[in-house]
Amino acid sequence: MVLFTAAMMVLFSGVLILPFTGRANVANTAGPAFAVIGAGLTLAAGFDAIRTGGFDLISPWNYQLGAVHLKMDPLSGYFAMVIAIVCGLAALYGRDYLKPYAGKKHLGISWSMFLLLSASMMLVITAWNGVLFLVAWEIMSISSFFLVIFESHRPGVLSAGWTYLVATHLGTAFLMVMFMVLGENHCYDFNVIHISGPMPTVIFILAVIGFGTKAGFLPFHVWLPEAHPAAPSHVSAVMSAAMIKTGIYGILRMSILMGPFQASWGWTLIITGALTGIFGVLSALSQQDLKRLLAYSSVENMGIITIGLGLGFLGFATHHPIIGLLGIAGGMLHIMNHALFKSLLFFGAGSVRHATHTLDMEKMGGLMRGMPITGSTFVIAAGAICALPPLNGFISEFLIYFGSFSSLYGSKGTFSVLAAVTVIIALALIGGLALACFTKAAGIVFSGNPRTLEAEQAKESGAFMTTAMVILAALCGCIGAFSPQVIHFLGPVFDTIVAGHPLEEASLAPAIVCLTMISRVGVGLILLVFVLGFLKRNWMRDKIVEKKSTWGCGYVAASPRIQYTASSFADPIVSMFETTLHPEKDLKTDQSLFPRAFSYKSRTKDIFMYHVYRPLFSIVETVALNLHWLQRGYNQLYVLYIVVTLLALLFWMLWI
Amino acid sequence: MKFTIFFHVIAAFILSPILPGIINKVKAFFAGRKGKPVLQMYYDLVKLVQKGTVYSRTTTWIFQASPLVTAAVGIIGVMLVPLGNTPGMLAFSGDYILLVYLFGVSRFFTVLAALDTGSPFEGMGASREVQFSLLAEPALLLGLCALSALSGETSMNTMFTSLQAGTRPVLACAIFIVLLAENARIPFDDPTTHLELTMVHEVMILDHSGPDLALIEYGSALKLWTYASLTASLIVPQEIVNAWGGMGAGFLALTGVTVMVGLIESIMARLKLIRIPQLLVGATILSLISLILIIR
Repeated sequence: MVLFTAAMMVLFSGVLILPFTGRANVANTAGPAFAVIGAGLTLAAGFDAIRTGGFDLISPWNYQLGAVHLKMDPLSGYFAMVIAIVCGLAALYGRDYLKPYAGKKHLGISWSMFLLLSASMMLVITAWNGVLFLVAWEIMSISSFFLVIFESHRPGVLSAGWTYLVATHLGTAFLMVMFMVLGENHCYDFNVIHISGPMPTVIFILAVIGFGTKAGFLPFHVWLPEAHPAAPSHVSAVMSAAMIKTGIYGILRMSILMGPFQASWGWTLIITGALTGIFGVLSALSQQDLKRLLAYSSVENMGIITIGLGLGFLGFATHHPIIGLLGIAGGMLHIMNHALFKSLLFFGAGSVRHATHTLDMEKMGGLMRGMPITGSTFVIAAGAICALPPLNGFISEFLIYFGSFSSLYGSKGTFSVLAAVTVIIALALIGGLALACFTKAAGIVFSGNPRTLEAEQAKESGAFMTTAMVILAALCGCIGAFSPQVIHFLGPVFDTIVAGHPLEEASLAPAIVCLTMISRVGVGLILLVFVLGFLKRNWMRDKIVEKKSTWGCGYVAASPRIQYTASSFADPIVSMFETTLHPEKDLKTDQSLFPRAFSYKSRTKDIFMYHVYRPLFSIVETVALNLHWLQRGYNQLYVLYIVVTLLALLFWMLWI
Repeated sequence: MKFTIFFHVIAAFILSPILPGIINKVKAFFAGRKGKPVLQMYYDLVKLVQKGTVYSRTTTWIFQASPLVTAAVGIIGVMLVPLGNTPGMLAFSGDYILLVYLFGVSRFFTVLAALDTGSPFEGMGASREVQFSLLAEPALLLGLCALSALSGETSMNTMFTSLQAGTRPVLACAIFIVLLAENARIPFDDPTTHLELTMVHEVMILDHSGPDLALIEYGSALKLWTYASLTASLIVPQEIVNAWGGMGAGFLALTGVTVMVGLIESIMARLKLIRIPQLLVGATILSLISLILIIR
């Protein structure tokens, strides 16, 4: 408790002090310092909560809507650790990232908002009162909105910010309804809700929509690909790796409070997760903007997390605790894993943008030579996100796979085999598509010949940025290598989630045995690669090693333009899924005998954005414009409206 | 019993380069030629290892790491699979998930190495490779899913040894199709064509030379061995309890599968690129059918 309180005090004093530190380097040093100290303290608090069970803090003051009640159990502690790692490293990274803006933008306010975002996320995961939760939630949304529009002078940034603000508030509206339904008699304390929760399924659906908007579930994901490319990279990393996880936290917390899990919840989550995951990765594959690709890939990973949790819920609802445990363990571990590799990828994208001043993958290439650290860590993160052993992504997906395979034999007939098959097909398809997506991202950006002059002259970013990336890459490797220990350490977290469900001797011990084997094989693989490399090097010592140009099948005048582009790499798959993606292709040919100018454009727009929300909001706009005559701008008229409304209400009351 | 396990792994290390030789002999037989010697790949490997190498100026560490990863994955792959009734050396529950994703690692590096050269041909091959593999993966995982549903086990070992006879052919078909796709054989890919434009896997390794190429070729041979012994394990009858008998039957079945690959290569043409996804989806459906047969 002391640690957490100290962290909050550091963060909030930073929020208050920083706006006065001005635009330049003072703010850019003080901001990260506050954030790193705050994050360090929160990390310790989270670690402590998992080890010892956390704390329960009720303020003595009572307000109309309940007390200020903060509680950190192992589940909150786990999320606190995720948020702390991401925020601390993002602050470290942001120090160098924001340097070029010193003096041009008000960095004090930007860092103040960053600290506010970190603090509010930590409040969200510890709030034990509905009203407090919503207040923290709202602060989180607003502060992240201000961070997104940091570069408001760039075209498109403001409109992206608006999309985000509208989306997040529509989500919050559902949450308000949910808490209103929950809080009978104006009691919003989670302890009370726990007892009186009515209509669990209605609450659950409201939670999935409300929290799902934040988490980026299909079809509420549309703000992600808009907001992430607009925001500075350290902010994108925090939003994508930590903030959207609060949505998952919300769903989990509400489900635990509503408990026991129901089969329909599990099914809802599995189907939502499968659709979200497949759509997310497909859309990611078809992007040309690096950060937009990463944003869609966040949607995909939220899908994987949801599939895992759904499988867990379903397992417990149908009395197969072992399947339930595996699903929940996989989903929960993927939260941490995704936080690690996705922030690493966003950091990489930010470094690339610093070096090349663009995010368009078609204008990159060959960056590995100029930026070896960014490039190598990006490749590691790409491997992790494709769930390749021995990196961390594989461990979480393995647990989910293992759960669904276990469901096939462990419960013939009783447990729905359909669920297992859905999970396996979805995960396998997502895995294959993710491999295509991230070989494209890493390969087109960092390999091959530079496609532009900027790409050719790219330089490695500053020491703080590279340090943050190396730490994250190392963490990805560590979770992969020490997976049994990690799962063992997270035991209390899983216990918190499944508390109240009969376990019937089920435990994660068999899974830990498998993970031990996997980590051994993984370490063996790496050792084998190094041994082979060493042998080859010795063998090659007296051999002739030449440096030539790439074999172009006899063609010697190859230019970088001849290379496969990001779009052409993805085209076969995009065409295969044409019905889902609706790629727009525009080929202008010259029909004359001596054709000169050809042009070809291809672009994939989000079908939900362009075919659902745009038409919907234009209808809303038309209706709103038709009511425009009500607004005349005279104060007297508005007073009249108030009077008329009051009278109408009065008559209505009398009528009843 | 223990010794047979080691025997399988050591045999795989030594004998896997014979498999492409057998395939080539079968093809030569069908074409009425004498064909290359069965041991041709050994000669090739020895020759390649002794040569120097040429690296493109465009390439980075990824290009040099890729052959090492391919070979290492192949080595671990053969340690994981069972052959006939002989269990795999590293067998544990969930080993097949690891196996599928291990080959993902080698694919990841091969594709990145292909893009690393900046060659348009290799980019093309890489693009096709990821497209086909994304369809092959669900087929393979569903096939293994059917196996685990049938046998009530989650390790490949026990999975194969406790399988009813009825669904075996269907499953064997599904996994065999995946074998053809993953090992770049006809009808998915033609390793012997002289046109870079039409190749998939071979074009991705166009720029590798010398010992690097040897490592890749050896890794591919081990991968073919891995998939072939997966398929072979479905053919070997369960009644053989003798460890050495089972092993022998396993080797026979393995040879059978290899001959089958050669047969298909002799009597079929390479499919149009557009048709390939359909065949892979077909394999997925076969896996699904066998799963339904088991659960019904």
